[in-house]
Amino acid sequence: MKILIVDDFSTMRRIVKNLLRDLGFTNTSEADDGSTALPMLQQGDFDFLVTDWNMPGMTGIELLQKVRADERLRSLPVLMVTAEAKREQIVAAAQAGVNGYVVKPFTAAVLKEKIEKIFERVEG
Amino acid sequence: MSESNQPVIAQATSEEMKTLAQNMVESIERGELTHAVSLVSQLNDVRDKTLYEEIGRLTRALHESIKNLNIETVGAGSEIEKATDKLSYVIEMTDKSANRTMDLVDEGIPLASEMNERAAELGEQWQKFLNKELKPTEFRALTKDIQDFLAQSESQSRQIKNQFNEILLAQDFQDLTGQVIQKVGTLVRDVESQLVNLVVMAGTVDKITGIQHHGLDAEPEAEPDSPIKAEGPQIDTSVDGVVASQDDVDDLLSSLGF
Repeated sequence: MKILIVDDFSTMRRIVKNLLRDLGFTNTSEADDGSTALPMLQQGDFDFLVTDWNMPGMTGIELLQKVRADERLRSLPVLMVTAEAKREQIVAAAQAGVNGYVVKPFTAAVLKEKIEKIFERVEG
Repeated sequence: MSESNQPVIAQATSEEMKTLAQNMVESIERGELTHAVSLVSQLNDVRDKTLYEEIGRLTRALHESIKNLNIETVGAGSEIEKATDKLSYVIEMTDKSANRTMDLVDEGIPLASEMNERAAELGEQWQKFLNKELKPTEFRALTKDIQDFLAQSESQSRQIKNQFNEILLAQDFQDLTGQVIQKVGTLVRDVESQLVNLVVMAGTVDKITGIQHHGLDAEPEAEPDSPIKAEGPQIDTSVDGVVASQDDVDDLLSSLGF
């Protein structure tokens, strides 16, 4: 299971990375915004994308839209982990095809629950 | 404030205008039209003079206001620049503290895991001993293992305790950054009130001179908030359209069929 973590704050990437490691996912890579992440996704064989929303350059929602528009990436599971907490934003993310949405600040339990739920659906 | 913004027509001026007007009416009644017309023109002069004086006063005040704003708050070495530096310091401090804390946690977790695993192993052996399932050689090995474990846990738990203390210390950023942010907040409020003064004064100048800014009065077209525009953390979660918790997010998504 290869996971790409996208967030402009290195501490948040580190937190997500440590939580994922605790859940048994040790094969992770990092990117600091959508425009760095997209080529990595296109070149690498990632199984899962965890992305922030608010980032300089390409935002997480734009990255999600690009992923869904890409022939080879369109079925990649995407979990959004973000401080964006407006109903219309969550609806927009859902419409763009997000698989899960976690608002910051979050707990390890919530992250675990959402990831497991996504994999249940993907596999089921 | 409101008094100084109103065009103040001095008592003397107002008396002068009254006298002129009365003379004018009397002149008309007496049929001295030429004189009446000249009085009208004198009235005009008095009005113009008052306006010029008032504009001059306001212009000086406006100039003073702009000067204050410039010198103290804008440009190189200014308060605004200092505030920007202060906010960069906040980012730096929080970054340092978060990484320091995570470094300590990264060091501590393997220690705790090791103690946990060793205790579980010894527990199994100990249970076998209580059940009288251990051979004498195995028992000797067990006593040695227990002795090692006690020494090791003593040192490892001490390390973990030290790491906890350092994690505690690493939280000092909250105090330091809090103070800095408070200062920046004060500055922002000051600048805002100076800007409001400036706008009020500029408005008065416009009113007296009758200047109209074409196009400015028109309400700027409300830009619809794109739902995909990032806004950062919502400080007030009680506002309409903002979710208060992960549960709200889950409810919303499940209502959308997730």
